[in-house]
Amino acid sequence: MNVPTLAEMTSRGETPEVVFWVGCAGSFDDRYKRVTRSFVSILNAVGIKFAVLGTEETCTGDPARRAGNELLFQMQAMNNIQVLNGYGVKKIVTACPHCFNTLKNEYPELGGNYEVIHHSVFLQQLIESGQIKMTEGGSFKGKKITYHDSCFLGRANNIYEAPRAVLEALDADLVEMKRCRTTGLCCGAGGAQMFKEPEAGRKDINVERTEEALGTGATTIAVACPFCMTMMSDGVKNKEREAEVKVKDIAELIAEAQGLR
Amino acid sequence: MIQQIAFIATLAAAVYFISRRVSGIRKNIGLGKNTFRTDQPQVRLRNMMLVAFGQKKMFKKFIPAILHLFIYVGFVVINLEVLEFVIDGLAGTHRIFAPYLGGFYGVLMNIFEFLAVAVLLSCVFFLIRRNILKVKRFWMYEMTKWPRLDANIILFTEIVLMLAILTMNATDQILQQSDPHYAATGKLYFSSMLMPIFDSLPVSTLLFIERFAWWFHIIGILAFAVYVTYSKHLHIFLAFPNTYFAKIEPKGHMNNMPVVTNEVKMMLGLQDATAAPPAEPGRFGAKDINDLPSTSLMGAYSCTECGRCTAECPANLTGKKLSPRKIMMDTRDRMEDVRKSLDKGGPGLQDGKTLLNDYITKEEINACTSCNACVEACPVLINPLEIILELRRYVSMEESGAPSSWNSMYQNIETNFAPWKFSPSDRFNWSKD
Ligand code: SF4
Ligand code: SF4
Repeated sequence: MNVPTLAEMTSRGETPEVVFWVGCAGSFDDRYKRVTRSFVSILNAVGIKFAVLGTEETCTGDPARRAGNELLFQMQAMNNIQVLNGYGVKKIVTACPHCFNTLKNEYPELGGNYEVIHHSVFLQQLIESGQIKMTEGGSFKGKKITYHDSCFLGRANNIYEAPRAVLEALDADLVEMKRCRTTGLCCGAGGAQMFKEPEAGRKDINVERTEEALGTGATTIAVACPFCMTMMSDGVKNKEREAEVKVKDIAELIAEAQGLR
Repeated sequence: MIQQIAFIATLAAAVYFISRRVSGIRKNIGLGKNTFRTDQPQVRLRNMMLVAFGQKKMFKKFIPAILHLFIYVGFVVINLEVLEFVIDGLAGTHRIFAPYLGGFYGVLMNIFEFLAVAVLLSCVFFLIRRNILKVKRFWMYEMTKWPRLDANIILFTEIVLMLAILTMNATDQILQQSDPHYAATGKLYFSSMLMPIFDSLPVSTLLFIERFAWWFHIIGILAFAVYVTYSKHLHIFLAFPNTYFAKIEPKGHMNNMPVVTNEVKMMLGLQDATAAPPAEPGRFGAKDINDLPSTSLMGAYSCTECGRCTAECPANLTGKKLSPRKIMMDTRDRMEDVRKSLDKGGPGLQDGKTLLNDYITKEEINACTSCNACVEACPVLINPLEIILELRRYVSMEESGAPSSWNSMYQNIETNFAPWKFSPSDRFNWSKD
C-alpha cells in the first residue's frame, strides 16, 4: 500500500497536507494495524497528501506520564518534538485518542505546537465536505451499531459528536447505551491500566461495559480508540459473543462502506 | 440592656471561633504549592457564576437539584434577615426595618417564610432520602459514622432553625396586638397558621416564647456558622473560590512539571547547564499534603461528600478499593490532623504519617483509569484525579514503587520507544503486510 514517509517526501522537496501519527498500537497491535491500514486506504482514496514518520515515530509518552513517570514522558516528548519541529510539521491526524490528547494538550508546554486532529473529526470533515461520498442504503442500512465513547476523546477533549456523525453517515441504526457521552463508562484501559492487571475487585471494567453494549442489541460496537478496541473485543470474547458481535473502529466501518478493503 | 450585653458576648464568641478556624484552614491550604491562577478571568468568572452561583452541575439530577436550590436560596435570603437580627441585638431594637419599609416589610417576611417552609420540607425529604431510602452513594464504605452524622446534623439543624423562625413570627404576630414594642408586620401567611397554638397563652409566656425563639435562632445560626467550618458544609463558601480557580484546560491535560523539563533539557543538551540554575527540585510528585497543589487542598475543603464522583467511577463500580470521594476526604482528614497537631505544638507534618500510605493506599491510586468521570460529575469542580496522579508520580519517581508491569512498560518505552516489547525497526512494518 502507498504510505509515503515524511523523510521521503522532504527529500523530494514536498510537504504533506497532514502528518498521520500512527501511534504504538496502530504500529504494533495486530488488530489495530488493520485500522491503520483502513485509515490509510481512505486517505489514499480521497487523495489526501499525507505522510507518516515511519520508524522515526516513537511513543508519545502518554502511558508513562499517566502511570507517574514524568521523566520518561518528557524524554519521549522532547525527542518527538525535535523530530516534528525538524520537519516543520504543522498539522497532525491520529487514530489514537491518547496520542491525540498528548500531542494536542501536553506538547505545547514543551515546545511542540501543532494543529492536532483526531481521525473521527477528520473523517467527519471529509464526509461533510463531500470528499467521502456515502451512498444511501449501503451495507449497513438498518444494522444496529452502538458507539462506545473513549474517555480521552469525550470527557478529556469534549469530542462526542464527530464519531457519531461518522456513524450516522453509514445510514445505520445508531443505538446509545444508557451511559454515554459525558457519563460514558470507561473501557478500563486508560491511565496506563492497559499495561497492567486490574486491581482486585468484583468485576473487570471491560466486562461491565461490554454487557452494557451488548444490552443494546447492537451487532457492531463502534470504537475510536485502540485501547477501547482491545478492551471491548476482550469483553465480547469473555461473553462468548464474538461470532455475532463485532467490535470495529469507525475508520474500518467507513472503509468497508466504501468498498475499500 | 442585659440582652444587649449577652448578644454582644455571643457574637464576639462566634466571631472568635470562626476566625480561628478560618485562619487554620487558610494555613492548611497554604501548605500546598501555590497554584492559584488568575489568567483568563472571564472564563473563571463564567465557571463560578454557572457552576457555583447557578448550580449548573447540580441539575444533572433534577429533583435533588430543585430541593438543593431551595435550601441554597433560602440560606442566602434568610441571611438577610439575620442582618436585622444582628442590628436589633446590638441596638436593643425590635424589627428595626419594619417602620422604614412599611408594607414592603410584610412582603419580605412572607418571602422569607415561604423559603423557610421550602427549606424545611427539602431537608425533611433529604433526611428521608439518606436514612430511609438509603441512596447508595451515601452508604459506601468511606461514609463512616462521622460523615453520615455530619450530614444529618446539618439537615436536622436547618429544620429546627426554620421552625424557630416560624414560632417566633407566630408569637410576634399575637404580641403585635397588645404590645407597641412589636412593630406591625401585617399578616404572615405561614406562621399565622401556627397562631392558634399560642393564642390562649398569657402575654408573659408569649414574650418568653418569642424571645426564646429569637435567641434560639440567632445562636443557632452563629453556632451553625462555627460548625460549618468543621463540616462538609464548608462548600457553601468554598464552592465559589473553588470553581473560580478550577482547572480550565481540557480535562485530558495533565499538569506539567517544569523541574523535570529543566532536567530533561539538560540531559538532552538542549540548554547549557550554566544558563538557568536548576530550581530546587524538591520532591517529585506528592507524598503528603504539602506536595499537592493548593487548589487540590482547597478542593478537599470544598468537598460536600455527595459521592457523585464515586457513583460514576468505573473502578469503584466494579468493586475496586478506589473511591474519588475518599481521596478528597482523606486529603481533608490529613490536613485537619496536621493542624490539630500543630495547634497543640506537635510535630504537624513530621508526625511520622503521610497522606500516601497512611491515608490513601497504593492499591487505590493504582486502580484509576484517569477516565475523568469523577471530574465531570463533581458539582463544584473538584478534581480528585489530580491528586491521584500526583501521588502516582511520587511512587514512580521517588520510590520506584510502581507495579512491576508498569516498570516493564517504562523499560520498553526507554529501549524500544513503545510500551510493548517490539523492535523499533519493525514500527513501519504494518505498511508491508
Ligand atoms: S478518573 Fe480515576 S478516580 Fe476518577 S472516576 Fe475515573 S477511575 Fe475513578
Ligand atoms: S469530590 Fe465533588 S462529586 Fe465527589 S463527593 Fe466531593 S463534592 Fe461530591
